[in-house]
Order: sequence, then structure tokens, then C-alpha cells
Amino acid sequence: MAELTAKDYATDQEVRWCPGCGDYSILKAVHRALAESGADPANTVFVSGIGCSSRLPYYVETYGFHTIHGRAPAIATGVKLANPELDVWVVTGDGDGLSIGGNHLLHAIRRNVDLNILLFNNEIYGLTKGQYSPTSRIGTASPSSPGGSIDQPIDPAQFALGCGATFIARCVDIDQKALPGILNAGQAHEGTAFVEILQNCIVYNKDVWDDVSSKKTAADAQVLCEHGAPLIFGKARDKGLRLNPRTLSLEAVTIGEDGVTEADILVHDETNPMIAELLVRMRDPLPTAMGVIHRRTQPAFDQAYRARKTLERKTRVKDLLRRGNLLDRR
Amino acid sequence: MPAGFVTYIHMQNRAFAERVPISYNSRPFFLCGTTMSTTATQAARRHVVRFAGDSGDGIQLQGAQFTNASALAGHDLATLPDFPAEIRAPQGTRYGVSAFQIQFGGDRITTPGDAPEVLIAFNPAALVVNLPHLEPGATIIVDGNAFTAQRLKRADLDSNPLEDGRLDAFRVHAIDVSDLTLEAVKPHGLGAKDSGRCKNFWVLGLVLWMFDQPREPTRRWINRRFAGDESLRDANLAALDAGHAYGETMEIDGTLAQKHVPEAPLAAAEYRTITGAEALALGLVAAGELADIELMFCSYPITPASSLLHHLTGLEEAGVATFQAEDEIAAVCSAIGASFAGKLGVTSSSGPGVALKTEALGLAVATELPLVVVNSQRAGPSTGMPTKTEQSDLYQAVYGRNGDTPIPVVAARSPADTFDTAIEAVRIALRHMTPVFLLTDGYIANASELWPLPDFDSYAAIDTARPAPGSQGAVFERNPATQARVWAAPGDAGYIHRVGGIEKDAQSGNISYDAANHQSMTDLRAKKLAQVADYMPDQTLEQGVMGGLAVVAWGSTYGTIYQAVKDALAEGYSVAHIHLRHINPLPSNLGELLTEFEAVLVPELNTGQLATVLRDRLLVDAIQLNQVNGQPFAVADVKAAIAAHAPRRMQEVNRG
Repeated sequence: MAELTAKDYATDQEVRWCPGCGDYSILKAVHRALAESGADPANTVFVSGIGCSSRLPYYVETYGFHTIHGRAPAIATGVKLANPELDVWVVTGDGDGLSIGGNHLLHAIRRNVDLNILLFNNEIYGLTKGQYSPTSRIGTASPSSPGGSIDQPIDPAQFALGCGATFIARCVDIDQKALPGILNAGQAHEGTAFVEILQNCIVYNKDVWDDVSSKKTAADAQVLCEHGAPLIFGKARDKGLRLNPRTLSLEAVTIGEDGVTEADILVHDETNPMIAELLVRMRDPLPTAMGVIHRRTQPAFDQAYRARKTLERKTRVKDLLRRGNLLDRR
Repeated sequence: MPAGFVTYIHMQNRAFAERVPISYNSRPFFLCGTTMSTTATQAARRHVVRFAGDSGDGIQLQGAQFTNASALAGHDLATLPDFPAEIRAPQGTRYGVSAFQIQFGGDRITTPGDAPEVLIAFNPAALVVNLPHLEPGATIIVDGNAFTAQRLKRADLDSNPLEDGRLDAFRVHAIDVSDLTLEAVKPHGLGAKDSGRCKNFWVLGLVLWMFDQPREPTRRWINRRFAGDESLRDANLAALDAGHAYGETMEIDGTLAQKHVPEAPLAAAEYRTITGAEALALGLVAAGELADIELMFCSYPITPASSLLHHLTGLEEAGVATFQAEDEIAAVCSAIGASFAGKLGVTSSSGPGVALKTEALGLAVATELPLVVVNSQRAGPSTGMPTKTEQSDLYQAVYGRNGDTPIPVVAARSPADTFDTAIEAVRIALRHMTPVFLLTDGYIANASELWPLPDFDSYAAIDTARPAPGSQGAVFERNPATQARVWAAPGDAGYIHRVGGIEKDAQSGNISYDAANHQSMTDLRAKKLAQVADYMPDQTLEQGVMGGLAVVAWGSTYGTIYQAVKDALAEGYSVAHIHLRHINPLPSNLGELLTEFEAVLVPELNTGQLATVLRDRLLVDAIQLNQVNGQPFAVADVKAAIAAHAPRRMQEVNRG
């Protein structure tokens, strides 16, 4: 097979997202990731639910299944169990994945089915015209919450960690430098890879991630997690995260101030779920954790399933029919 | 062989049609040379026994053992397990009573019988709950040890039924079963609790003696079951033998006579007993083999459908894999995912679970993927009565979806018939690329019957719409005779495509909101359903004569209606039995067939759902006979309805 370029993974369908939608950038990163990993279009499947994010499979030149609201992880599980040779991606959003489909997301992750799950989190319902979502911050004004939402939001990465995820990553939609690599790291992971993508809904929740991702704030508001490297951030790379053993929490410190040296900075261990727990919880004034936050090895469900359930036809029906108390009256 | 007695072969349509010519020209289905009443002459040929006790007493096990013994003795049989939803309800309560009824004998048996000739009651509650089933003269055997003041109170009884006269119309044997069991198992050194639990085998031994049935199958079962525990094994064997020996002493002192049951004149074949859930599991596996395709059975436990999941999990050596999903929705969705990936997805549930699957069924219709949905119906609405049978999910199957979303519906009529019905459901799903409903119910799932093993070599292979390996082409190119699209799956390099629940362009499969396209896609889906009928056999009569009353039914009422119509024919009524396997679409000739009858009677265990479908599709004005008490129809009730609406054929003959 000739080497495919990112363009080869685009379909002939007109992309129907709003101009300026963060999804365009994510789609581009998906095309690039597929090209970089040399994905075989015939053996790659994109499964999605309902919502703006879930239109993505129509724009990727592989097999694709645009299903029903919230059920993509369940359908993708069926696809993967039926044929574990396939690379199966799930595309979902904060409403699709965490509201109507929260149960299936939970079970796909806790089973550790080998799926690459991309959750586009824009903290709002887009396709139903702007109602608040389960990730909307308290006080989000929307057509269904004109006085501001009062629901406690859920953090997708925290949810995934609670479900026992073996791979958790986070990235911003427009980060073309990091996103394709993160997507491929998820694709390469054996088991469920959960990737939260902070996505900008230009119409209903414009710039909701500005405090994290704008050019002005990004360097100080994000920390990129790299296994084995100290958790350093800031425009001048002079800030870091230090574990306070007394409060069992992370604190942002400045290297060179108050006697802090680089040796005081916590070194990221992606296999340690306790560190992951601390990292996914970080909110302003702490930086938001990005990159591969957690990755550990655990057998994928589909492998264990097919080891036991081979689908081979070893016994014929004619023999099965005679398994019982037979009465011969011939 | 008595007159009016036709065949003992069970009722796969095909096997039946081969043996007996069916005529629509007012010629009787079988010769009715005498007006002999089947009930009078055959009374001694058939027996109905009902076991009843606490749900922890092993009643269902006794029933199953008695069933095997009866089958191996060469009797035809039909059973009715009737148990509460609670696993081990508080002992001695009325609501905790579990029962098992069997009709067996040297005759063709199609129902578990209306009224038991022998009731075995392990405690006062089991006795009083089942008394209404009995007719005067019936034999009652009770554990006399169980009629203590405390246990009477548990059964809400103010007086002891053994003494207060309410059993005067019956032949009652109060035997101290508990004491006798303890005595029998004493040498084997069990504790008091384990010793007491052997009493079901003591009673089984007695009942086997009463009907001269072999103990061997039960001995074999005990040897297998308690292989790891010698004292349990020996105690249970001793209890079985002691019960049997007790029967002999009762005969000697003249209180009980042993009955010798003749063999049923079965057609030459190899037979086995089988429950509906077992036969359905085998049928699905058989369909997979006929189609040379692997099955993914994705399900979530629910009564009374779970046994199918269990049986199929036991058949994983035969090209099926089961997946216990997190909920009903995930079950159907993972099955759809499997079908998308080129395996045949099958899901199963009961009414409430099927309700949850409904949205996904629309997706399977829209994306044109094969799928089989088994509904083991139970009494509704909502949770209803999980262990009690009903036929009230027909509307749900035929009509219960958003949008114009046709789904073919087939229904099984008896435990063994689920085998052929499963194959038919898979055949339709794969031939037309569509989800298919298979309706069964709690009664069929749990009941068993004697089944002549089918000649599997004679079953036609099932074609699929899978593309040839290495080929390429358009996924939505259709077979004009079936409207099936190409079943391309990931891995097929020549058919890479996207599909979804949004309306798709008829040719390309891409998203289309075009008005004319939606019209043509809706028409196409309707045409696909209509074309299912092109492959269905003409509807035939099960038995009976043309012109008078047509009894039209579906599902598990088959055996009862068969017997009622047979009896009514013998009594000279002009009646015929039409039993539908295909309900959506209906057989093409059904409308015309029904015009040849004066009246149509539709007996159903619901409030009239098939009657509605027949009015809807055929403008047939049906007379309804409906029952929703969680129990199968009694033959007598169906016969009374026939008598009320069918003309007397003999009188017509006399007039002519």
C-alpha cells in the first residue's frame, strides 16, 4: 500500500460544522494522526454517538458508524469484540459521553476495551442549541438555565480515572503540535485510551477555555505531563508543581524563589494513579494538566474475551441435537 | 388407536404437512367417523400431576426428573413450571409456592393439562393455593409432618384443611414424608438440614412408583450431581428408593393403586425432551451453521429470558460468543456493532428490556443491518409479573417504534418450535438485511416437550449479503427481490463506507435531508418488509374444516388450541385451527383464506393484540377470547368459546 497522506484520510463529504468550530482543528489532527501511524482505512473504524462531535466519522476515509445518542461506546465494544483486529475509535462529546451515555462510557473504560475514545469537551450542548451540559461550570447561563446553571459539573478525566482508565490524556483542540501525537499514543495503547479534548464551541460557549488555552494564558495555565520529566511550566519555564506531603496536595512554586530548586519539583510518573488523581483535579490557580496524564498496563478486555470465546465452530449442530436424554423409537 | 387420533409427531409445520393432506374444500383434516369424546376414552391414557411446595423445596427439579423418566418410558408430555419471582420466598407462605405441572401419557399430548389428577403438596400453603386447580375425585398427597399449627399460620389458615372438611371431595393421603425421609437417610450420616432436603427425592420415588416410571434417569442424575459427596449421593438415592418402596406398601394395604401408562404410539424417530430456551439456543446456533456465520449474542439478564443467555454460553464451542452487557441498551447496541463488523448480532430480553432497546432497533432498520431480537414475553405493564406468561408484547414488536420503522415479526408456538422459528428469524434477517423480532414467552421458555430430532441435513443453507472476498463495489446496491444491501464490514477493502441513523441517500448512503429521497427511503423500507412475505409459505390449517369458525392464534397457545379444536371437531363442530408463525408481514394468502370462514375467533393471552393486527391489515372482524391471569389457557375455556361461535358440522351434514 502506497504511503497515505493526511489528505487521503479526508472524505468527499462537505464538512458541516460552524465556521471557526474547534472540531475543524481536531479533524485535521485526526487526519494527521492516521497518516503518521499509517492506519489501514479498511481496518479502522470510527464510531460516534449524537452531537456536533459525532459527525466526525463522515469526514474520515475509513469505516464509520454514526450511531445513536450516548451509545457509541457500547456499539464500538460490539465491533471490537466481533473483530479484535480492527482499530476502533470512538468520538463523543460532553453531553453524548457524560450525560445520556455516561453508563456506557463507564463500562467501556472499566472493562478496558481496546478503544481510542476522544471526548470533545466544550461544556455546552451545541446541536440542540446551547443548553448547559454536565461539564458546564456552575452559573453557566443558557436557554435552559437563564439564571445560571446550578448543577455540580463533572470533570471528564476525573470520571475516567474513577472508572479505572488505563490511559488518560488531555489536549486543547487547536494544539496541532501535540494533538496528533496524543491521539496516536492513545491508538497505540492496549485497552481503553481516554482523550479529553478541550474544544471551543464558537456559537454557544465561545472562548470558554480562554483561561487555559489563549495565547496569553496558555504557558502559565497549562502544564504538559511527560513521563519521567519534572512538572515544570510557565512562559519562562520557571514554575513547577511541588507535592506538599502535609496536605497531600500539589502547589505551584517558582524555581529560584524561597529556596525552591528543580529537585523540589514533582517528577511525572504516568503509571502512578495517585499522581494522576492529583493532576486531573488541578484548577486555577493551578495549571491544567495536559498530555498523557496516566498510562498503565492492564490486559485489554477484548483480548481476554476472545481468548475465551474464540467464535470457532468446533462442534456441529448434528452432535448438539443428540446431547440429552434420548429415546430411540426408530 | 382410537378414531380421531391422527399423529403423534410434534408440530413443525413442515413435518405435519408432509404427513397429513390439508384441504380447504370442507374436507375434514382427519376422519371423524364417530362422535367419540376424546376425554372419555383417553382419560386413562393421560395423566396430569402437579408438584407444589416452597420455592426452595426443589419442586422444579422434581418436575424435570419426572419429565425425563416419563419421556424415557415412551410417553408424550407437556409441562408447566409455575414459580414465583422470589428466589427463596419465606417458607410456608402462599406467595412462595412453586409448582410444576406435567401431562403425560400414551397419547398425543399438547398441553400441561387443565386439572391435575394428582396434587403433591409439601406444605399447607402449597395445598390451599392449588386446590382451585382440582376437580372432585382428584388425589392429594401431602406431607403430614408439615401441617403443624405454626405452618398453618404461615399459610394464613385458621383451621387444618386435613381436618376441617374442605378436602372431602378428594382422595387425600397425608404421609409423614419428613419423618420417613429422615429415617431413610439416617444411615448416611447427614446433618438434620441436609437430611430434610432429601424429601423431594422421597416424594419423587413415590410418584414414579404411582405411574410405574423408571428410576434410572434420576439415579444417573443423582450420581452425577453428587459425584463429589458420597453421603449426599447415597442419602438421596436412599430417599428415592424409600419413597418408591412406600408406594408398594400402600398398594399392598389397598390405599393406592399403581397405574400402568401405555407408551405413546410415537412415529419412528429419535426423541429427546427439550425446553423452549434450550431449543431456541440450539436453533440460533443451527442458523449460524446454516449461514456459515458466527453469532454474537449480547444480552442483559432478565426473567424469563436469562436462560437463553445461559444455554448459549454453554454452546460457545459451536460458533457463538455471548456478551453480558451493562444494560439492555448496551446489549442491543453491542449486537448491532457485531453485525456492523460482519458477525450476526443477536440480543434477547423480555418486554421491559425490549422497550429500552427500541431506539437502537430504529438504528438497525436505518442502517440495514441484520439483527435478531428475542422477546421472552412476561406479564406487564412495567415489571408486571416476571415469572408469569403473557402475549402482550405483540403491539410492541409490530408497532412500537418512532418513525415508519417496519420490522419483521415471527413467533414460536411451542418449546421445540423455537428451533425452527430461530432459523426462520435468522434467515429473514440475513436475506433482507433487517432486524427481526422473535417472540416467545415465559411459558415456552421454561416448559418442555418431547421432540423428534430434526433431520438437520434437510435444512437449506442460509445465504448472506456478504460480498465476495477481495471484491469491490457499492454498498447500497440492492437485491431487487429482497431490498438487501451489500453487507460489507470493516476489513473489506473494496467497500469502505460510513453509515448512520441520519437519513441516507438511497444510492450513496451519504447523509441526505432531501425530501424526495426520504420518501423513497421510507417506501423502500416498507417494500423490504412486504418482500419478506414473498419467501413465506402459504398459511395452512393445523387441522379442521373450512367454512365454519376459524380459530386464529399465535405463540404458546398452540397446544391448548390444538387440543380444543381437536375435541370440538370430534364433537361435530365446524372449526379449523390456523396458527401463525409470521405476524409481520402476515402470510400473503391469509386474508383470502379467512374469507372462506363464517367467523374468526382469536384467543390470546392479552387484551386483543393479534385481533387488532388482523383488523388493521386484513379488515377481519375477529371475535376475541382474552385472558391475562398469568396462566396458559385451559382447553375447556377455548372449547367453550368454540362451542359458542362454531356451527355444528354434523347438523349441516344431516340437513344436506
